[in-house]
This record gives sequence, structure tokens and C-alpha cells, in this order.
Amino acid sequence: MKRLIALCAAMLLALAGSAMAADNTVRIGVFLPLTGQNAFGGQLELEGVQLAHKKVGEVLGKKVELFVVDNKSEKVEAANAVKRLIEKEKVQAIIGTYGSSLAMAGGEVSEKAGIPQVGTSCTNPLVTQGKKHIFRVCFIDPFQGAGAATYAYKSLGLKKAAMLVDVANDYSVGLSNFFKKSFVKQGGEIVATLNYQSGDQDFTAQLTDIISKKPDVLFIPSYFAEGAIIMKQAKELGAAFKIMGGDAMDNPEITKIGGAAVEGFVHTTFPYDPSMQDMSPAAKAFTADWTKAFPGKEPNVNAALGYDAYMIIIDAIKRAGSAEPAAITKALAATKGFDGVTGATTINETHDAEKPVGLVLIKDGKKTYVGSITPEL
Amino acid sequence: MNSAMFIQHLLNSLTLGSLYALIAIGYTMVYGILRLINFAHSEIFMLGAYFVFWGVTLFSLPWPLAMLLSVVFTAGLGILVDRVAYRPLRDAPRISALISAIGVSFFLQNVAIVFFQAIPRAVYRPAWLENPIILGEVRLLPLTLFVPALSLLLMLGLVYVVYRTKTGLGMRAISKDIETSYLMGVPVNRIIAITFGIGSALAAASGIMWALRYPQLQPIMGGIPGFKAFIAAVFGGIGSIQGAVIGGLVLGFIEIMTVAFFPDLAGYRDAFAFILLIAILLYKPTGLLGARQEDKV
Repeated sequence: MKRLIALCAAMLLALAGSAMAADNTVRIGVFLPLTGQNAFGGQLELEGVQLAHKKVGEVLGKKVELFVVDNKSEKVEAANAVKRLIEKEKVQAIIGTYGSSLAMAGGEVSEKAGIPQVGTSCTNPLVTQGKKHIFRVCFIDPFQGAGAATYAYKSLGLKKAAMLVDVANDYSVGLSNFFKKSFVKQGGEIVATLNYQSGDQDFTAQLTDIISKKPDVLFIPSYFAEGAIIMKQAKELGAAFKIMGGDAMDNPEITKIGGAAVEGFVHTTFPYDPSMQDMSPAAKAFTADWTKAFPGKEPNVNAALGYDAYMIIIDAIKRAGSAEPAAITKALAATKGFDGVTGATTINETHDAEKPVGLVLIKDGKKTYVGSITPEL
Repeated sequence: MNSAMFIQHLLNSLTLGSLYALIAIGYTMVYGILRLINFAHSEIFMLGAYFVFWGVTLFSLPWPLAMLLSVVFTAGLGILVDRVAYRPLRDAPRISALISAIGVSFFLQNVAIVFFQAIPRAVYRPAWLENPIILGEVRLLPLTLFVPALSLLLMLGLVYVVYRTKTGLGMRAISKDIETSYLMGVPVNRIIAITFGIGSALAAASGIMWALRYPQLQPIMGGIPGFKAFIAAVFGGIGSIQGAVIGGLVLGFIEIMTVAFFPDLAGYRDAFAFILLIAILLYKPTGLLGARQEDKV
């Protein structure tokens, strides 16, 4: 009984604390890997958040205060960081983080405390699964499958597709499911689905079979090392179809490993790149602001996602007319067509972002950003 | 399935199978003489591939020279491994040497991860290997002809060494009874070192061929091919050189044809290949050519 009373008292105090804080400022916590193996991405995302904060430092007439904690690329530290933000800094919303496992560790804490958390670039489906208060501004991995299907069917007019899927890999299976659903729904036909297992190096049997089915496009949601070998073998066997893949192929080494065989290959990715041609006004403004704030440093998609994570919270507070955590959560869940740097963002029922998917083409041995597309789900 | 497609599948299985055969020869030779499964074989295989491509890219050596040097280096490495990790255990129970072999395998793999990094490296192939020969609907890679020929040549060479030379006589004596060989004045340690040298040279040759076929280098690249080749060697009758070649070809054939005839089951192809192997081994535990004990080299 004593413990229960103590617990109630503590909760009251905590509530009172956050209510008091909410009176004069809006407190937003940021937990990102600023040291350790993920520091590179974490730092860029933090700079994106700070850039957004500099641009919009006030909401509902209140000043926004940022509290930044380093999660050190470690799961335990991530949970501690969120605990500290909630208990000590009394934040009303949290941004973070780069790295799905870190987002999951931190997410457990914010979920329990009922504080909304907006992930930046954590793409594993599990991050938001079954969570009421966890959101993200990036799409989940498999979502790109639908982007690839839409590009193949709508933009390139390819009607028959084949898939070569790594059955030992969630990422690969997820992407292929989304690809199939979208491609078939639009009216396309899947003529062959063949599997392999991570670590395989000989794909000649699968490819010979696929070639005999005469598809227009082959979708290979694999990692880049296998992807490059698949493309080489496809070329050796005389394949003439288009080949597409997901962002796991987004690696500078792909052109080196694949050589001439990867020419013409298209892969999906996040919809922001400083070299992109048809930038939205939001992306243009972000790129300009970034270049002014960090001259000599290229912005990238992580910075853009950090920026969007902050802005989407501000947008939710505005629409809610309140900076209470519960109100922010409700408004975040209702986000529709938010005009972000990484495209028009809608938060779906699983709290993941639905937004355009970027497309990269390998042309003349170089990666070229060809534009973005809104996937047909 | 039309006939062109079937021929294509057949050629694919010949390439894959002869690569397995090439690796399996090395496994089986060391086993036949020492009754030791040299788990470090996969790592020597990997190092052999790395050495050649360094030779070609870093020191701009011509291909044949780089290959020769790589084979010589790995042979030396094999002898060194024997001297350091196996020879001190010659009188220990056989299981100790086996564990030592597993240790060497992990050691070499991890050293490679540290020094070469885990990221896959591209392999630049000579131009004459890049372009397939087109025969109607069928595409024939130059390697498809080259690898089986090399496997056959090495097999014959090895059979010659084992059965027609004095060193081979020593090898066969050691495989029968190591202690009596000592007593009869066979230079046991030297013969065993030569065995490891030849075994490692074979591993390097197969590593090079593998990397030319699947042009990518990774520190862990030896793992799965090595495992498959080991199965092939057991299937053919471990210890038998001809058996290893047949085992490798059969395994490659099963793997490709499983996918060719049951495309929906492609993800389970390893399972099918191994179920068949288990079935054959249950019926013939010594493997295809392993029945006659005295035939073991």
C-alpha cells in the first residue's frame, strides 16, 4: 500500500512538473547516436533538427526548447537517454532515432510514459508495431517495394514482372510482398517468383528459369553484394529485361562490383538527394538553409529526415492547439499530406510514414537521382 | 522446358559441379592420408583468391604469374599451418587435431576480416572470360569448359603423384599405418608437409576459379562452398580422389536441377540436395567410391 501511495504521489508530481513546464515553453527531447558506430548518421540528423529549430523556434506563442541526449549507438544508453528526457527534462515530445534497435529500446520507455516519439530513419517495421505513441517520418523498408512496382508499371510501362527473393531475409521478403501487391493491383502480372537463401552465389538455375518466362522487369530486393552477382550472371545468361531493387543496393561499391552489368539498374531510396532535379519548394528551402548554415557540407537524407521529424511535431502541436503529450500523439496520428522536405507525408494506421519513394538509376557507371514517385498501395 | 533451356541448365550444373569437385579434391586428399578433416581448407581457398587479385591489381602482375605465385604462397601457408597447428598434435587423439583445424579456420577468417575488411571486393576478370559464347539460345561461358578441364587435369596429376611417385608411396604408407611408416624410415613429417602443401595449392586453385566465376571477394567466401565441397567429398567417398570429382559434379547437378524442375521450391534447394545425399549415404555409408578401403590414397 505504501508503495502504491508513493507511486501515485510520484506520478502526480511528474504530471504537475510537465504541466508547469508546459506553461511557458514547449520542451522537445532529441535522442540520437552522436558517438559510436552510428554517429555519422546521428550527427547529420541532429543538425537537421537544429536547423528546423532555428527556423521555427516558436509554436502557439511559446518558445520551443530542445534537449539533446547522446544515445551512444547503444541500446541500453538509448533507453536511459529517453528516461532522462522524460523524467529529468520533462519533455512533451521526443525525436529519435537513427538505428531501429535504438529506436525500439527508447520507444519502450516513451510508450510507457505516454510521450509521443517520432523516429527519424529507423526503418524496421517492428519500431512502431503495437505502439500507441511511437511514430516515424521515414517509410518502413517494405514500402519501397510498392514504389518500385509503381515506377515499373506506371512510368516505364512494364507489364510482366519476375521476382528473385532471398527467403532467409525479412527485408527481401517484405519488399517482394509489397511489390507484388502493388504491381498486381495496378494490372501487372507476376510471371515468376524464385527464391534463394542469403549466402548463395550461384543463381544461374533461377535466372535461366526466369529468362524463359520472358518478364519485362526483374525485381531483386537483395543486398548489394548478392545483387551485383545476380546482375552479372543475368547478363552472362543473356537477360534483356530491366532490373530493379531496393535501398539495400544503395552503396557506392555497386558500380565497382557490378561493372557494366549494373548499367541501367534502378533502385528505390529515400526521396531526398541534393542532386535531385525536380525539388519541391520545401526541399529547395531546406537545401538553401542548410548550405547557408553549413557551408562546404552536403545535406543528405538523414539531415532532411531530422528536419522533417521536428517540423511534423510542430505541425501536430499547431493542429492540436496544445502541447500536451496526449494531444500531440492524437494530432500526429492524424497527419495527412504534411509538406516535408522528403515529400508529402501521411501517417498511416501503423504510425509509419507514407510518402513518395526516390529512384536512382545507374547510368554511365554513376548513380543518378531520377526523381520520386508516390507508390500505389 | 525446351531442349535449349535444359542444355543451359546442364551447362550451369557442369560449371557449379566442377567447382565443387575442385574444392573437394583438396579436402579428400588430406583426409585420405591423415584422416584429418582440414577445416582450414575454406580459408586457404579464400586467401588464394585474395592473393591473385592483389597480385593483378596492386602489383599489376600478368594473370598466369599472379596465379602461380598465389598457389605457391598458399602452399607455403598450408605447410606453415601444419607445422604450427597440426604437427604438435600428431600423437594426440584425432579429435584434438580436428578441433585445432576448426581453430585455424576461425583464426584465418577473422584475421582476414580485420585486414581485408568485411566489405565485398570486386574481381576484375580478364576480358576473354567475361563474354559468353552464344550457341543459338544457349550461352556457354569460357569457364564452363575451363574449370572441368582443370579439375580433370588436377585429378589425374594427383592420382599420378599418389600412385606413381616415391612421395606418393610414402603418402599411401602413412595412410595405412603412421607408426610403422616411422619405423620403416619414411620421412613422415616431410611427406605430411608435402601433403598439406599440395592440398593448399589445390584450395588456392579452386578459390581462384570460384572467384573468376562469382567475381566477388569476401573473407567469409570460403564458408559455404567449402561446406558443400566437403559434403561432395563425403558423398563421393572421402579419401577417394575420383569420388570427390564425381561427388562434386553430382551435387552441382542436383542443386541446379532442383531449381530447374521445381522452380517454386528454389528456396529449399540446399535442403533437397542434402536430403538426397543423406538418403544415398544411408544406403551406402562409405560414399560412392569409398567402399574398398585399400583404394584410399
